[in-house]
Amino acid sequence: MPLEKPYLNIPGTTIFDADQLRKGYHLNQFCMSLMKAENRERFKRDEAGYLAAWPMTAEQRQAVLDRNYNRMIETGGNIYFLAKIFATDGKSFQYAAALMTGMSQQNYANMMLNGGRAPAGDQSVEGPR
Amino acid sequence: MARITAGVATSHVPAIGAAIDQGKTAEAYWAPLFAGFERSRTWMREHCPDVVVLVYNDHATSFNLDIIPTFAIGCAEHFAPADEGWGPRPVPVVEGHPELASHIAQSVIEQDFDLTIVNRLDVDHGLTVPLSLLCGQPTQWPVRVIPFAVNVVLYPPPSGRRCFALGAALRRAVESFDDDLDVQIWGTGGMSHQLQGPRAGLINRRWDTQFLDRLISDPDDLAQTPHLEYLQEAGSEGIELIMWLIMRGALSRRVRTVHRFYHVPASNTAVGHLILENAP
Repeated sequence: MPLEKPYLNIPGTTIFDADQLRKGYHLNQFCMSLMKAENRERFKRDEAGYLAAWPMTAEQRQAVLDRNYNRMIETGGNIYFLAKIFATDGKSFQYAAALMTGMSQQNYANMMLNGGRAPAGDQSVEGPR
Repeated sequence: MARITAGVATSHVPAIGAAIDQGKTAEAYWAPLFAGFERSRTWMREHCPDVVVLVYNDHATSFNLDIIPTFAIGCAEHFAPADEGWGPRPVPVVEGHPELASHIAQSVIEQDFDLTIVNRLDVDHGLTVPLSLLCGQPTQWPVRVIPFAVNVVLYPPPSGRRCFALGAALRRAVESFDDDLDVQIWGTGGMSHQLQGPRAGLINRRWDTQFLDRLISDPDDLAQTPHLEYLQEAGSEGIELIMWLIMRGALSRRVRTVHRFYHVPASNTAVGHLILENAP
């Protein structure tokens, strides 16, 4: 019997499970390499060249170059690993979160000050994805 | 004999650590949050234990995707604050308690919880932010700390039921240690927050409030909550709250609430905080 994965139906949310890990292993380990200052410098000097050394898909490499975090997540990235990329760019978690929602950072920050995103209507949809 | 004297729950948002380190705690954005921990720092000074077993999660800092332990206990003498990509936090090195940690590991494994033993570990904001919130900015931490890391990054994390039962096993382990030690157990992370995707910024005050109520008075039932409910109601990163159940499982069924605090927001996150003592 297959495993049940009801968490696949939560809108706007990708759960980092074993399937995502398999897709994103090298993408996430590339992110870990940015924990070292010397690697951050090498990456900033030549992003495409640095990425070429990691066995990632072309789509993953392009998503990194574009700083398209939703695409990185879709292709197996995990947010705690991807945080190493925006840290390298000198950006905050709130900057990245705003980017992923498509809101301006100011509007996102105001939403948080007003109590955050309301949960209503943002929960599971029925049926398989 | 050693004994568990109290439990503490608190969120461990990295931006809180940055606010402390950069001297921003009095700014309008942060002042209400830090006001909620004033009472806690006083309580901590008056009830400072010998050891804290600090349940937290590593955020792709010391653990990466090569090895992913579900439960890991730090048995080293020292744990250095980690460089998370911005340089290490300017906080003291964390002193461990290798004898008690090794004793807990042996006892808990013999109670059927298969812990991973870690003898070299840098600790990230998940561990150091709660210490800063409760202890302020000392030149040396006033307690020894046993880091207890739980996987909440790769789904599925351990079930709430398993975490709650692990807490009870930790209590038995502590109570079978010969030295006369006061031990607190801290559960960290949460409350509702989601850091990823188009639904980032989710906060659920109503659900968080019920979680706090039930953690105090009905933890056995709360521990049955399925992971899906955390993900839907508290956001993808709200699943960290299972770590609070380990803390609660190590306390008595009846507890006295010394302090309770809730605040929105700290960056992307709802901050919750409890201090609980075993009721007679």
